[in-house]
Amino acid sequence: MTEVIATNQTILVVGGGISGLTAALEAAETGKQVVLVEKRPYVGGRVTQLYKYFPKLCFPACGLEINQRRAKMNPNLTILTMAEVTDIQGDVGNYTASVKISPRYVNDNCTGCGDCARAVSAEFDDEFNYGLGKRKGAYLPHRMAHPQRYVIDPAILGTEEAAKAKAACKVNAVDLEMQEETVSFKAGAVVWATGWQPYDANKIQPYGYDRFQNVVTNVEFERMADPNGPTGGKILRPSDGEVAKNIAFIQCAGSRDKNHLLHCSRICCMATLKQTHYVQEALGDEGKSTIYYIDIRAIDRFEDFYQAVRENPNVSFIKSKVASITQNRENSNPVLNGVDTEGYHRYANEHDLVVLAVGMQPSVDKASFPVDIVINEEGFIEPATENGGIFAAGCSSDALDVNRAVQQATGAALRAIQVVNRVAGTEG
Amino acid sequence: MSDLNSAMTERYHNSFLREVEANVEEGEWVKMCMQCGVCAGSCPLGNAWEHTPQKLFMMIRAGKREAVLSSDSMWMCTSCYNCIARCPRGLPITHIMHGLAHYAKRLGLAPKNQPTAQFSQIFWDNLMKKGRVNELKLGLSVYFKDGFGQGIKNALANKQLGQNMMKAKRMNAMEFFGGHSIKDTSGLQKMIKKAQEIEDAKIQGNS
Repeated sequence: MTEVIATNQTILVVGGGISGLTAALEAAETGKQVVLVEKRPYVGGRVTQLYKYFPKLCFPACGLEINQRRAKMNPNLTILTMAEVTDIQGDVGNYTASVKISPRYVNDNCTGCGDCARAVSAEFDDEFNYGLGKRKGAYLPHRMAHPQRYVIDPAILGTEEAAKAKAACKVNAVDLEMQEETVSFKAGAVVWATGWQPYDANKIQPYGYDRFQNVVTNVEFERMADPNGPTGGKILRPSDGEVAKNIAFIQCAGSRDKNHLLHCSRICCMATLKQTHYVQEALGDEGKSTIYYIDIRAIDRFEDFYQAVRENPNVSFIKSKVASITQNRENSNPVLNGVDTEGYHRYANEHDLVVLAVGMQPSVDKASFPVDIVINEEGFIEPATENGGIFAAGCSSDALDVNRAVQQATGAALRAIQVVNRVAGTEG
Repeated sequence: MSDLNSAMTERYHNSFLREVEANVEEGEWVKMCMQCGVCAGSCPLGNAWEHTPQKLFMMIRAGKREAVLSSDSMWMCTSCYNCIARCPRGLPITHIMHGLAHYAKRLGLAPKNQPTAQFSQIFWDNLMKKGRVNELKLGLSVYFKDGFGQGIKNALANKQLGQNMMKAKRMNAMEFFGGHSIKDTSGLQKMIKKAQEIEDAKIQGNS
């Protein structure tokens, strides 16, 4: 049974992505007691699935390592993984949270040696790679997952495979009897950092994401570019495994559109400009990128990054929101149809691969928030006084890049600290 | 230049956008266009237009009054509503197209011999006579709109269709003589005349 020691002076952080992790660490490092609840088997969230950051083109693994080390070192921080908040009752300074913890079937004896994964042969779609590759039925979600503990997929439970995993473990870490449990504990303030999810590309009917294999999303492309990803860093066409050399990027795929997401997702322009670097890096002058856009939103210091990409002769820009994608049946090449705004030329351009720059949607659906909170038209949490001691951090509050999410999360941590300090004052 | 056209040119000089906003159905939406081009790319007849909706909206904002109002592009709209369904900003593009065509017609700037415009006028005149559409006469008027010789050719080309319609009792040859009518034709005509006066007063009064 998991035990969580918490009081009205504890801060509950919901979501262990870069925002939640930041808020939790900042608060814990001021000496506050913090409980971090994360749905995935590891912390770091979607940042772990990025190959590089813009604008510096550095690796997220770097900052992640620092944060994970901070987490390991800090005795004030309790991390619950595979856990979801199901209910929060009470008021500012006095909340009771109910948390459902799913069984991992691997206890903390695990050394991360990987014997269980080697023993198991069953494979499943790898969610870490957005289903582009496979993972075993016993797996470490990604190389630097924290906690560094394997997970047994519940699908192999009660099969020969699960028995093999158990038999292979030398440290007696595989516990197939583990049950789902619900714990409840106190908290004075809550930082809500449930983050974002990519907009469902299947909903953009004219782009045929569900019909054409060579239409992928920007988050999938991120995995393809990563040398540790499913294609070993090669940019390959899903239809035939050939190297994609002529790549189109479609901006605002689902954003700024009353039929999809009303808001501008803010990150997609920079993400695409960054991804043209991946094409250049992988293929040199052979790799051609074409960006179809309404307008490029690269603000402040990002303008320089944009200008540098503009100057790359291997990248071209077409000012037009693509109207539809069709497919050349002979070679499975996607064909982009539309009319451009600089001259009003009708085009039907064939590419090897199309990347949809899909936008950010809040992870938690408006209707399924387990707590009463003010949410705006786009589904993001408003900074409203009615929210009491619940403060949004990162992408649950707005579409933000990592830099801004982290700044915002630090602010949310401070708000939460103010609440528990007030509680401490009254409780003496 | 028609009188109304001169009056409107004088009133809105240099701001065709304001003129469109005040006088064209749904014209106030034109400024909301962000020039993404989805309407143009989604239009099934798009390649037949000289000016796509997105281009027309930009021309309106650029004050290209004559070019917009004398364009035949908005007359090409078949009201399939694909543009409205796809427009990320929710502009009622189909309605604006019809609104522009209508406004151009009122100002006497609609392109001459534009088939849709001609058909619309023939339809309207036909309807106003009896308060009901006389399909036989409507068909003949359309066939013969380009002269007697062409009319005979058109009629012969569609002979089979006409015969089939008569067989199926969809059309009656006796309609040629008078034709069916509503009870109070003059009442309808008075009503339309009044509506026209109200409409005229409205457009004259707009600023």
